[in-house]
Formats: sequence, structure tokens, C-alpha cells
Amino acid sequence: MIYLDNSATTIPDPSVMKSFEQASTQYFANPSSIHQLGGHSEHLLTKAKNQVASILDVTPSEVIFTSGGTEGNNTAIKGIALEHRKRGKHIITTEIEHPSVYDACKSLEDLGFEVTYLPVNKNGVISIEDLKAAIRKDTILISIMHVNNEIGTIQPIEKIGEICKQFPKLFLHVDHVQGFGKVPLELRNSGIDLCTLSGHKIHGLKGTGILYMRQGVNLFPLFHGGNQEQSFRSGTENLAGAVSLGKALRLIKEMEQTQGTELKSLQAILREKLTEIDEVQINTPPEAAPHIMNFSVPGTKPEVIIHMLGEQEVYISTKSACSSKQKEESRILLACGYSKERASSAYRVSMSYSTTEEDILQFADYLQQAINQFRKVME
Amino acid sequence: MQYDHILIRYGEMALKGKNRKMFILKLQENIQHKLNDFPNVKVKRTQGRMFILLNGHQPEPIIERCKHIFGIQSMSLAIKVENEESVIKEAALFALKKNPTIETFKITVKRINKDFPIRSQEMNQLLGRYLLTNTDNYTVDVHQPDMEIRVEIRLEATYITSSVIKGPGGLPVGTSGKSLLLLSGGIDSPVAGYLAMKRGVQIEAIHFHSPPFTSERAKQKVLDLTKQLTKFGKSIQVHIVPFTKLQQEIFRTMPDGYAMTIMRRMMMRISEQVCDQQSILSLTTGENLGQVASQTMESMNAINEVTTYPIIRPLITMDKSDIISISQEIGTYETSILPYEDCCTIFVPKSPKTKPKREKASHFEQKNDFSELLKEAVEGIETIKVTAKDNKKDKFDDLL
Repeated sequence: MIYLDNSATTIPDPSVMKSFEQASTQYFANPSSIHQLGGHSEHLLTKAKNQVASILDVTPSEVIFTSGGTEGNNTAIKGIALEHRKRGKHIITTEIEHPSVYDACKSLEDLGFEVTYLPVNKNGVISIEDLKAAIRKDTILISIMHVNNEIGTIQPIEKIGEICKQFPKLFLHVDHVQGFGKVPLELRNSGIDLCTLSGHKIHGLKGTGILYMRQGVNLFPLFHGGNQEQSFRSGTENLAGAVSLGKALRLIKEMEQTQGTELKSLQAILREKLTEIDEVQINTPPEAAPHIMNFSVPGTKPEVIIHMLGEQEVYISTKSACSSKQKEESRILLACGYSKERASSAYRVSMSYSTTEEDILQFADYLQQAINQFRKVME
Repeated sequence: MQYDHILIRYGEMALKGKNRKMFILKLQENIQHKLNDFPNVKVKRTQGRMFILLNGHQPEPIIERCKHIFGIQSMSLAIKVENEESVIKEAALFALKKNPTIETFKITVKRINKDFPIRSQEMNQLLGRYLLTNTDNYTVDVHQPDMEIRVEIRLEATYITSSVIKGPGGLPVGTSGKSLLLLSGGIDSPVAGYLAMKRGVQIEAIHFHSPPFTSERAKQKVLDLTKQLTKFGKSIQVHIVPFTKLQQEIFRTMPDGYAMTIMRRMMMRISEQVCDQQSILSLTTGENLGQVASQTMESMNAINEVTTYPIIRPLITMDKSDIISISQEIGTYETSILPYEDCCTIFVPKSPKTKPKREKASHFEQKNDFSELLKEAVEGIETIKVTAKDNKKDKFDDLL
């Protein structure tokens, strides 16, 4: 099997699975129970949170365990909007956000909020000047992703953070789900107020995630109840999930340290191989994240090619998994200014630290074969 | 070019006559200890100066660490270069460009090495001109500059320093002897410990544990609080006293109104014995005048009767709100407010005397012989060494 759909989800690490299983069976008690078993669970939860905080270089009270990226993004956006609605009802985001940000913002429009969607250039990057011009007196939130999930473009979060620091009443949220472990992002003193991470994109489990909330930030929780997670996310803690996530975070950081450059060179090989195929047009700019490669093969039907590759046990995707069931063009590629044809014939290859050069070379061969076969059938 | 030194300034310590040397050596030792996981870092003293040699390490995490070392008044990043005009120019330019947010600057040259051919005043102008011609957006302001670039031409080398970073002040931990901190788990006692440490005191802690009335979590809370205090010093010993039997006996046999006062007196007696064993010369408490029944003037008078040791009460006249803000600053607040029962909240008399009298307390105590129970409590003490780093493996490590 050649699995190249890591931006949709990754293969869980066996040691992470093991931690989850052990924690589930041994520390089943509710951390809020006051008996000894509850005490052990609570202690383990604290340990997991401390570990996450130290990896992210933040304080433990700034870490909220969530069920994943969608929850983190929704909590951040709706939570800030509802909590601070009296101060202003203007939100800024971009045209290339993940649906869990984009549609969360859209939903707030129904509640009377006004949203500015910043355009991007051909490389999928927003302009700082556009951002500055969009900020108004009643702007309460800016939500911008770090690494785009479809094309791998990196937004200039550092610069955006510097700008946001000049507006102390405005919150900056960063969707870092695709970037974590691949493209470094400082949280401390960065101007970032909220940041979303997800477990299953880094070889952790589905249903695990983190929302970083800078000390002093307040939001209206989506879930009310037992006041877990500093009251920002009620619901009995997913202790085993939190533990497994702490481990996944540690492992991916280690891999980033040791294998970061390898991934970059694999991407270069892939780019070269794709350029050798006549019909391929590459959409991912050279200065993007090291694990994502998006390209179009105009004239092909992505669904058919994906199935042909699948028969060879090669797995890639069209657009992002969260929008791929809709049969239209990629919103992201259209926003980058590509034609409808190019935007509706796009493919995404996303690698992990266990992807090998062999995988890449074989994939390129199979892709060429699939395109040839497709052409033959269509003629 | 890169910052390769951190210059350490120690304000108040410089005044301390004959003890000066001891204070400085202790500070050097404390800094070295705090930075021992940066393998190449060296701490050096030369002619009334202390420097941290970075030897390739990034300065930011080291500065963060130093913000918690008492005795440091302020710090500056420094570059050491040869006594040569061209490299000094280059270094000054680097220091300026490292601070893109400022608009105005000033240069102060000190020529200690009189062999250096260019005189201070002339060097000042030379550097100013060089910086202005090689940058945009900056102007010189000699009266109120955003940043002062100091150039010290010394015998061995020239040091260029810029922005001053505030240190925590105080005296190096360990220069004012040892004290035993009565640590309950509330908001006040960790702050009291912190303030004592800031004044150079090395602390050990004592905690009264009454299982099953107080839980393992309450004990863990105290260890967690202690761990947060280790950030400001070295490891801290915590003496956990098994207090259940004695406490029950007090509340069973003593008049309700005096039980709390007598319990406090017992705590003092036990603490004094621990001091004796550990060669500690004083006690430190988080007492705050008027806060609760045990902290009225009369109560303190009655409780204090049983010990001749000095009691350091750093919070005694502070406002509660100020105590809370210190506890938030030092990071103990979140832990302190966790709602576990401790030995002072579980046996609360219905109507504790706010104005107990020494004689009465003493009189009631005579009626019962507590000596055996006192002895048992002291003998049962469990001593735990809390260190800043988690060296100890625990059962959770494999999971994470």
C-alpha cells in the first residue's frame, strides 16, 4: 500500500494506540470523581496537559482538550464572536480556509455578523496590505490558517501576529491543523490568541484535538455542563484521548527534528517527477509546506483516476476530504485564480514522515499509467 | 554576527561590604545551577562584572530562566569583539538592527583601555555617523533615546550592549540562611515562601496531612506548589507530618473555642522540632493580619507563645488582593484554588475564639498529655525532595 492521503488523516502510530488502550482500561475513572481512582485519572490528565503545554511552549492552563480540528475552530470562532459581540460584529478570514472555519464564519452572518473574506494571490497567500485595510473599529476576530489543507500554502502568520499586537482588542485565531509537526509556528509572544490542533493529522486518534487559548482570552463555550477544561469545554474528559495525543505530539515533534529535511527533498523529487508528466499542472507553489503537493490534470475526471490508483493500492485524494464529496470545483483553487477546468481536475498528494522515495517513484509511474488508460477509454 | 554574552547586573548586593564576595559567589553558583541543561553555557566574573557566555546557545530561553534568579537586578545582551574600529562599528550596527521597533538611539562609549587610539567622544560621533548612514528610520536622541547602545572598550575586548532587561531583584537564594515554611495549600503560604526566597532565604516546607480527612490530592497539591517554588531556587525538601491522631485528640478533648488555637500551637511545636533536626533557624508562615480567626493579634500572641524561633511573616500587613496578584504572577494561584480539604478546613470549630488568651490555651493543654502523640507525629514524618525537573520516573511515563 502507498498511502499518500495524510492530510485527510494519518495512520495511527501503534505506540499511540497502545497508550490509548492502556489508559482506557487502567484509568477509566472520571477525573472529577473524588475517590482515589478519580485522583489517579486526574493526575494522569494533568501530566498529559503539562506535556502538551511544554511541547507547545505555553502554560497548561492555556491548553483545552477538544474532539479535534472542527471543534477547535468552531469553539474559537463562534465562542469569540458570541462573547465579544457587544464590542463589534466584524470578522476577518480568508477565501481559502477549511470548511470548519469558512462555514462557521458563514453561519455567523445569519446571526448578524459581517465577515470579510480576504482574497489570495496565485500562490494562495493573502496580502498583508489587504489585511491591514480590512481591519475596522468593530473587528473582533481574525481567523487565518497557517498551512492550507489543499495546496500547502503557508500564510505569513508571524507578520499577521505583529499587526494584531497593535490591536489589543482584536483576537487572532490560527487553524494550525495541517501545519503542526511540519511547519513550525511559535505561539508564545506571537500575537496569536487561539490556535487549533488536531490529533489524527499527526498519527494520533480521531476525536482528539487541542485548542490553545492564550491566558486572559475569554470565550462563550459551545458546551456547557460540568465545567471541565477550565470551563471552556464541558464534558467528561477523554482522558485516554488526551494521553494518546500527548504522546502523538511528542513523537511528531521528534520526527520533525530528525526528518524535516528529508520530507522537503521527497517533495522536490515528487515535483520533478510530476513535471515529467505532460498533462500535469502543478498548483502547489515551491515555498509551501513540505508534505502537500497539489496538481491538476485537465481533461481527467479525478474520481475515476483516484479509483484506478486505488486498485493498485495507491491512495491520494481530490481537494480536501471534507469537501471532496461535493462534485464542484475546488473553492481554494478558484480563489487562487485558476480556471474552472483546472480547479475541477485537481489532485492532492500528502505525505508523512514514513513516506519513502520508493513510494513517490511508484506513485508517479502509476499516475502516468492511469492517465494513459483514462485517455484511451475516453477516446 | 550574534549576541554571545549576557551581562548580569546585581544592584543592592554591591553595597554589602564584607559579605559581598559571598553574595556574588552564591549568585554565580545559582545561575550556573539554573542553566546546567545548557551544556556550553559558562558563568564568568571579571572586574565587578558577571557574564553568561552563551557559546552558541540562543539567548532568549536563557534570559527567561534568569528572570527567576533572585539577585539579578537587570541583564543586557552583549557582543564581545576585538578592540578594532571596524568590528566595533559592525557590532553596534547589529545591536541597533536587532531592535526594529525603536526609532531613536544614543551611543555611549567608555574607553577604559587608554591604549585604544580613538578617544571616547570621537568614537561616539564616529559610531553615530556610521549607524545613521547605514540604516533608515532611526534618529539620534541623546536625552530620551528609545535605546542606548553602550560600547565599553576594555583591556581584553570591547563589549557592546543594548536594551536592558529587568531581573527579579532580591538577594541570591541561600545567602540568608534557611527557614521552614508552613505550607497549607492555600493561596498565602506559597507567596510567603516566594517572598522569603526573594530575600535570599533557602526554604524547606512542612505540611500537616490528616488522612482520610485530607486526601492524596491535597498532599499532591502541596507537592505541586512546592515544585512551582523550585523555579526560584534549587530543590526543596517537604516534610509531611501525619497529623490525624493528634488533630482528632485535640478536637476531642479541648474546648471547642480553643481547639484551633491549640492545634496551631501543636503545629509550631512540631515545626520547631523539625527545625532542630534540620539545623533551620526560623519559621515562615503565610499569616496575614486579620484574615481569619487564627490570624488576629490575640491569636498570634497565643500561638507564638510556644516557640522562641523567629517567625518570618512576609504577608503580615499585605492586602489580600496584592497577595493574590503575586500568586498569579508566580504561577501558584491556579493550583492553590483547587478545592481540596486541608487540615485547617476539615476540623473547623463552630465558634473559634478570635481573641484567645495565652494563659487559657496553656491551661487547657495541661489537662491532657499530648507528648506521646506529638512524638509519634514527628517520628512519622515523611520527607520528600521536590526538584524542578521530573527526574523521577513514574507509572505514567510510558503512556506519554
